Amino acid sequence: MDPQPQLPVFIVGAPLLFSVIVPVLGRIWRHSAFLLALATVAVAAVASALSLELVLRKEPFSYHLGGWAPPVGIEYVIDEVSAFVCVVITSVSFLVLVSTRRWAEREAGDRPGVFYGLVLLLLAGLTGIVVTGDLFNLFVFLEIASLAAYALVFIGGRKAMLAGFRYLIIGSIGGALYLLGVGFIYFATGTLNMIEARELLEGTPSTRAAQVGAVFIFAGLGLKMALVPMHLWLPDAYEHAPSSVNSLIAPVMTKVAAYAMLRMFLSVFPAGFLSGTVPIADALLILGLIGIVFGSVAAAGQSDIRRMLAYSSISQLAFIAVGIGLGSPLALAAALLHVANHAAMKATLFLAAASVRLRVGLQRTHNLAGLGPRMPLTMGAFAIGSVAMIGIPPTAGFFSKWYMAQAGVDEGQWVVVAVVLFSSLLTAVYLFKVLEQVYLRPAKPEPSAHGDDERDASADAAPRPELAMRPVVERAREAPFDVWLPLVVLAAATVVLGVINVVIMDHVLLPGVS
Amino acid sequence: MSGTVVSGLPLLAVLVPTVAALLAALTTGRWPNLRDVWATVAGIAMVAITVILLVETLDGHIHRTVLLELSLGINSPGINIALRADPAGMIFGLLVSVLWVLAGVYAVGYMRGEHERKQTRFFVAFALSIAAAAGVALAENLLTFILFYELLSLFTYPLVTHRETETALVAGRKYLAYTLSGGIMLIGAAAWLHVLGVDTTFRAGGFLEGVNLDSVTQWALFALLAGGVGVKAAVMPLHSWLPSAMVAPTPVSALLHAVAVVKAGVFGMVRVGVFVFGAALLDDMGAWLVLAIMSAATLIIASILALRHDNLKRRLAYSTISHLSYIVLGVALIGPLALTGALLHIVGHGVTKITLFFVAGAIHVRTHKENVSELDGIGRQMPVTMGSFALASLSMVGIPPFILFTSKWYLGWGAVEVGQQAFLIVYLVSGLLAAGYLFPIVIRAFLRSSPDHTRYGEADIRMVAPIALTAVLALVWGIAPDLPLGFFELASTVADAAFPPSVALAGVTP
Repeated sequence: MDPQPQLPVFIVGAPLLFSVIVPVLGRIWRHSAFLLALATVAVAAVASALSLELVLRKEPFSYHLGGWAPPVGIEYVIDEVSAFVCVVITSVSFLVLVSTRRWAEREAGDRPGVFYGLVLLLLAGLTGIVVTGDLFNLFVFLEIASLAAYALVFIGGRKAMLAGFRYLIIGSIGGALYLLGVGFIYFATGTLNMIEARELLEGTPSTRAAQVGAVFIFAGLGLKMALVPMHLWLPDAYEHAPSSVNSLIAPVMTKVAAYAMLRMFLSVFPAGFLSGTVPIADALLILGLIGIVFGSVAAAGQSDIRRMLAYSSISQLAFIAVGIGLGSPLALAAALLHVANHAAMKATLFLAAASVRLRVGLQRTHNLAGLGPRMPLTMGAFAIGSVAMIGIPPTAGFFSKWYMAQAGVDEGQWVVVAVVLFSSLLTAVYLFKVLEQVYLRPAKPEPSAHGDDERDASADAAPRPELAMRPVVERAREAPFDVWLPLVVLAAATVVLGVINVVIMDHVLLPGVS
Repeated sequence: MSGTVVSGLPLLAVLVPTVAALLAALTTGRWPNLRDVWATVAGIAMVAITVILLVETLDGHIHRTVLLELSLGINSPGINIALRADPAGMIFGLLVSVLWVLAGVYAVGYMRGEHERKQTRFFVAFALSIAAAAGVALAENLLTFILFYELLSLFTYPLVTHRETETALVAGRKYLAYTLSGGIMLIGAAAWLHVLGVDTTFRAGGFLEGVNLDSVTQWALFALLAGGVGVKAAVMPLHSWLPSAMVAPTPVSALLHAVAVVKAGVFGMVRVGVFVFGAALLDDMGAWLVLAIMSAATLIIASILALRHDNLKRRLAYSTISHLSYIVLGVALIGPLALTGALLHIVGHGVTKITLFFVAGAIHVRTHKENVSELDGIGRQMPVTMGSFALASLSMVGIPPFILFTSKWYLGWGAVEVGQQAFLIVYLVSGLLAAGYLFPIVIRAFLRSSPDHTRYGEADIRMVAPIALTAVLALVWGIAPDLPLGFFELASTVADAAFPPSVALAGVTP
C-alpha cells in the first residue's frame, strides 16, 4: 500500500499516543519528557509538511480511520487549507516548546512529564479539529484540546485557578452549544459527515432544525474563539496562565476555533444558507467589526503586557471573523492567511513577554522602561512582531490587511475597508506604547508596583539565583540562547511570511477555498 | 529611443544605505569613527550609482529591477514590487544621494559637538531612512511606493524621538499618527485600484487615463491618494506634525525637511498628479482647482505664520510648509512649465533649506542659541556659516541667479501659461513674505553688534564644509541647473512626457 496517505495518523495520532507515554517515561527519566515531546511535535510537523506537499502535488485526499468508509466511519480530510493550518500549528508549537523549556520545567514543578503530556494532548486536539471531516469527531477533539488547555492554565497558581475555572465553565458551555447544534444537524440530515451533510442540506429546502443547529454551532464556536461579546474568559486566562502556556495557547488555540468556524462555511453549510433566514454571516461580520475596535481600544488601556496582548488577540480574531463573514473566496483566503500570520506574530510577542518575565520578572509596561538596549534580541523580535501587527509592508500583517481591504472593496462593504485599515492605527497605539517605554525611556531604579500582580510576578522571579533581591531592569541581561533563537526565528518568519504571501495565497489558500 | 534595461542598479541604490546601516550597527561601541565613516563611504557609493543611472536615463535607457512579480488567480493585478530609474524618480534619487553625503558628514560633527547619546541608533535609522527615500524615488508602481513610504515613516520615528524627552515622545506620537494615517489612505486607494483591475505602474500622463470610472470613484481615489501623500507634503490642514517634529536633532530636521520625508510627500504628489491621474483627467475632474486652492492657501498662511515665530527652527519649519506647497501648486497647475518648475523646486528647496537648517544646528552647537532674537552680531563671529545662511536666504526669496529663482520663474511662467494669473500673484506675495522672515535674521547677524562678550568661533569643519558646499550648490545650480547632474534636462523630459504637444493644446491651454 502506498505509505503516504497514512500521514494524517502521524499528525494527530502521534501526539495523542505520546501524550500518554510521555508522562510515564517522564517519571522514570525527567529529561526524556521534553525531548520526547519535542520529537513528537517534530514528527507531526514533518507529517503536516509532507501532507501539504502531497496535496499541492496531487490533490486533496482523505483518510478513513480504521478503514471504515465515511458515512459510518470517521474521515480525516487533508486539503490545501487543513494541511496548511496543520503546518502552522505544529511548527509554531515546535518553536514555542523549544523556547519555553526553561520556565516550563520550573512552572511544572517536579513533574515535567505531565506538563508535556498535556501539551501533546492539546496539540492532538488542535490538529484533530483541523483535519477531521466529521462533525461529532470535531466536538471530541475540541473537548480534548479544551480540557488540556484548562489543565495547563491551572498550572499558573492561585489566580490562574480562578481564571482557569472560569475558562472551564465558559468553554464547556461553548462545547455544549456546539454539540447541541450538531445534534440538530443530525436530526435534519441524518449524518455527521461534513461533506454528506452539505450535500443533504443543499438538496432540501432549509428546515427549522438545520437553522437552529447552525445558530448553536456558531454560538459555541464563537465562544471558543472569543468573539465579542463572548470574549470575557480570555484576558484573565491569558494573563494568569504560566508564560510557557500562554505563549502556546495564544497563537494556536483560539485560531483553531476560528478555523473550525471557517470550516463550517467551507464544508458544512451550503453557500447562501448562512445569509438568508439565519443571517450568521452578517452577525459574524458585525461582531467582528465591533471586536476589532473593541479589542484594540481595550488593549490600549492595559498596563499588564500579557493582558494587553490578550485583548489584542480578541481584536485579531475578530479580524478573522470579518473575513469569514464577508465570505468571498478572497476574504476567506485572507482570513486563513491571517491565521498563519497572527500565529507567528502573537507567538513572537508572547514569547518576548515571557522572556522578559524570565529575566526581570516584570510584566507591567511602565516598568519595562530602558529594556531595549539590555535585551536587544528579545526586544528586537518584539519590535518586529509589533511592526507586523501594525501592518507595515513588507511584513505579514500588511498583506492580511491588504487582501481583506480588497475583499471589502470587492463586496462593496466600505465600513469593512475603513475598519480594517484604521485598525492599524489602533494597533499602533498600544504597541508603540510598549516600544516607547522599552526604547525611549530611561530605566527606573526600581519598579513601581501599582497593582498587586507585579508583586506576584516578582515573587515567583525572586527565588532564582540569577536574579538579585529585586527585579530591576538595569541588571537585565539578554535571554539565553535557547530562548532567543526560536524567538528570532519567529520574528523572521513574520517578515518571510509577508514576502512569500503571494505564493501561499495563490497555490494554497485560494485553491483551497474555491 | 527609450528602452528598458533590466539591471540591479536601482536595487543597489536602495541596498547601499541599508548595508551602511547594518555595518554601522555592527561596528558600534569600540570603533565610533569607523561607524561614522560608513555613511560617507556609502553616500559616495550611492552618488556614483545614481550618476551612472542618470547617464543611462538621459540616454533613454531606463533601468529597472523586478523584486517580485506574481499574479493571483483572481480579479486583481497581483503583487508587483519593482524599482525603475525613470527621469522623475532620478531627480529625487539624485537629490537624496547627494545631500546624504553632506548631511552624513554634518551629522557626525553635530552629534559629536552636542554629545548626543545613542549615536549608533541615530546613524542606523538615518541610513535606513535614506534607503527608504531612495525606494520611494525609484518605485515603479503604487504598491512599491507604499512599501517604501511606510518604511520611511517607521525609520524616521526613532529620529524624531531621538532626544527621548517628553516633548520628543509626544511629537513622535503625533508624527506616527499623521504619517501612518497617510499610509492607510494610500493602502486603501491601492487596494481599491487593484480590485478595479487597474495596473498601477506609474506612467507619464497617468495610468488612470482611459480607465472608465464614474466620477464618485474618481474623486474618492483622488481624495485618498492626494490626502495620503499630502500628509508628508504638509499641505494644510495636514501639516501640524511638522513643526512638532522640530524637537529632533538638527541633522534630522534637515533630513526630514529637505531630503527625505517632506520631499517624499511632494514627490508623491508629483506621482499622483502626473503619473496616476494625468493632466487630462485632473482637468476633466476639476480636481486641479481643489489642490491649487488648498496649496495656495497653505503657501500664504504658512509664510505668515513663519513671520511670527522667534524660534529659528520653527520659523524654518513653517517656511518649509510654505515651500512644499509651491511644488504642490506647481503640480496642480497642470502645465509643462509649471511641472518643470515644480520638479526644479524640489531640488532647489532641498539644497537651500538644508543649508538653513545646517546653519541653525551649527549655531546651536556653538552657542546653544535657538531664537532669532538672540542672534545679534553672530555673523561676525561665524562668518562662513552666516554667509552661507545669507546666500541661502537670497535663494529662498528667489533672487537671481539662485536656483529657487529659476524654479519660481518656471512656476510663475507656468501659472501664466495656463491662464491662472492669480496664482502668479500668490507666488510673488509669498516671495516677499519669505524676505520678511529671512532677511531680518541676516540683518541682525551682520549689522547689529553682539550683546554679550563671549567670542564664538566657527563650528567644526565637518559642519562648516557641508554648509558652505550646499550654499554654493544653490548658486551653481541656479546658474546652470544641468551642472553636473542634469536636473533641468530630467525635469523637462518629465514635462515633455507628461504633456505631449497634443494634450497640451487640447486640454490645458486656456
